[in-house]
Amino acid sequence: MTQDVQSNNFIALADVALRNEDLQHAIGEGTRTAYYRRLDTMFANSDEHGEFMRQQAAEAKRRALRELPELLETAERNLQKNGYKVEWAEDAAQANQLVLDIARRHQVRTITKSKSMLTEELGTNHAMENAGLHVVETDLGEYIIQLAGETPSHIVGPVMHKTKAEIRDVFVRELGMAPTDNAEKMVAFARRMLREDFLSADMGISGGNFLIAETGSIGLVMNEGNGRMCTSLPRVHVALIGIEKIVDTVEDYITLTQVLPSSSTGQKMTVYTNILNGPSHAGEEDGPEHAYVILVDNGRSDIYATKYAEVLSCIRCGACQNACPVYRTMGGHAYGWVYGGPIGAVLTPLFVGLENATPLPHASSLCGSCKQVCPVDIDLPRMLLDLRWDLVREGESKAGWDAAMKMWAIGMTSPRRFALGGKAARAGQAIMGDYMPGVLGNWSKHRDFPDFAPKPFRQLWRERAPSHKPGTS
Amino acid sequence: MALPARESPIGKRVSLFVTCIVDMIYPKTGMSAVDILEHVGVEVDFPPDQTCCAQPAFNSGYRDEARTVAKHFFKAFQDAEVIVTPSGSCAAMVRHEYPQLFAPEDGESYEQAQRAASITWEFSEFLVDGLGMANLNLTLPVKQSFAMHDACHGLRGLGLGQASRDLLAHLGNAELRELNECEVCCGFGGLFSVKMPDISNAMLSNKIDNIDASAADTIVTGDVSCLTQMNGGLSRNKSEKRVVHVADVLAQGLGGERA
Repeated sequence: MTQDVQSNNFIALADVALRNEDLQHAIGEGTRTAYYRRLDTMFANSDEHGEFMRQQAAEAKRRALRELPELLETAERNLQKNGYKVEWAEDAAQANQLVLDIARRHQVRTITKSKSMLTEELGTNHAMENAGLHVVETDLGEYIIQLAGETPSHIVGPVMHKTKAEIRDVFVRELGMAPTDNAEKMVAFARRMLREDFLSADMGISGGNFLIAETGSIGLVMNEGNGRMCTSLPRVHVALIGIEKIVDTVEDYITLTQVLPSSSTGQKMTVYTNILNGPSHAGEEDGPEHAYVILVDNGRSDIYATKYAEVLSCIRCGACQNACPVYRTMGGHAYGWVYGGPIGAVLTPLFVGLENATPLPHASSLCGSCKQVCPVDIDLPRMLLDLRWDLVREGESKAGWDAAMKMWAIGMTSPRRFALGGKAARAGQAIMGDYMPGVLGNWSKHRDFPDFAPKPFRQLWRERAPSHKPGTS
Repeated sequence: MALPARESPIGKRVSLFVTCIVDMIYPKTGMSAVDILEHVGVEVDFPPDQTCCAQPAFNSGYRDEARTVAKHFFKAFQDAEVIVTPSGSCAAMVRHEYPQLFAPEDGESYEQAQRAASITWEFSEFLVDGLGMANLNLTLPVKQSFAMHDACHGLRGLGLGQASRDLLAHLGNAELRELNECEVCCGFGGLFSVKMPDISNAMLSNKIDNIDASAADTIVTGDVSCLTQMNGGLSRNKSEKRVVHVADVLAQGLGGERA
């Protein structure tokens, strides 16, 4: 766990994002564009067809999770048959050390890297740089993030929080680009810079969207082709893959590569959909000389043993972030660790400990959009509710709430006390006006509160003429 | 999660679960619901011991308190044949969460939770899906235009996207218009609105922009809690537009029939 955990500062970090107009604009537009593109693609044939694809994908991942230990063994055997050297890492330190060992073994000095959220979790870039290695992110968004010295704010669009002008400024400042507002020119510039890195790199690091057990293959999807360059041009390829990325068959991979791009970017297929099968084999002209797969746990087995195991189905599409009205107002950095949005609100407490992320389970209005768009049907709202329950049971809920909820339950178990409470509220409002006690006072910060009715419904009901009460009780 | 299977409510007596917020703040909306139900020939009663569905505790992780209040609900509605409530989120609480709150080893409470879940309907859903009555033969005194805001728990929890729209479509003198992002949360989220007021307000601001841009005179919804959030923001922002509960819109069509 090397990226600093700031999740307990959620409210303060959110405040920063809420005051940043450029960010508001960029995130608002980025999330909505992806959200509507998803709807167009996912349900292009019919609502039923889209829903069926979701359920099929969910089942493929659930099946893989149920058989996780066996499938991992199968995968290891078949990866080795393909010529991969397979390593296992329990945590971030082990994973990074394995990468460093491989780098030393092959006299590596420069590394190109394709996009991987796992390596964000592991802090792999920092570990490489601290060891004197030169690492370049090659996904355009990640490239910008690395130059800016930031972290990704969105799973699929890491730079979603930045406007075009901010990106221009990064290129001008960090790489001396001649100032331009033409996006095509900016991309062409980045492409030229990256081309040099691709051609000179000794080692390529990639993640893996899927690990296909039956064939021992890595499933990797991308749009920019950079991942192909990272996995085929350098002498050495290292894939860091979370153990939950396993799927049983190539057929399952095909199922999932239909819902992944449609859910994340609204594409029917990514521009590149790869199945990697090891290093360059005899008679093949290209491909790496050495290929490694590091299977990373980093807290996943612990989650696997809990009632939250199903969250490991996540295929990191970002659809829940795009759909989430909370995420749409502030982007991902406020969540204080690697993953933002609804999936981050669930994953972060599970990875870093609930006590280090106490606001996150509450960072949701429980509107249900995240579950609705999830391509593998993870019940994120249910998990948020369960995490809130965990907070109360583990004494992480504020003492004031404990007392208030106890009082509230006493009030709500008697119609007399309920009616008295209503009377008190009416009287209180008459005296205090808009003032409300404690945290309830936050209501009036941005909103007016309606007047309590002079007579509650139960009184109006009692006062109704008997002729209007055919079903009196 | 599949909802428990339900019998047809046709011909049964309806026990109104008015909800705590309607009881204390919007009693007229409760009366509108009663008037409409009686207009379509349903016998309505009001079990007097009812209080709250327990959502505030349940949604904040206070499961013990939620169970206590849910058990009170079972007692208050023990004689109910059918329960109807003018709130999508309270209906979703009873139907989705009560069965989750109690396990088979809880014995009687488990049975009661299953039963409550199986006989509870949201107001518009009861009329359209339960009774099969989208056309209530009602006409508004003057022409008005409406747009729906789909409250989250009704829409995504109970699948109620269509019921209120069907009712409005058959209401004389009512014209339906669009509300951009009508399916997006207003930012209420129960205690979320006071625990994270600035985020809640950012969500509300977006909703208000869309309401102000809508061609509809009035926004209609099926949940008074969301209505409170949206009207609270509209009022603070000096907007002319307001959000009204679907039962109140329909009741305007009752004219002289109204008590």
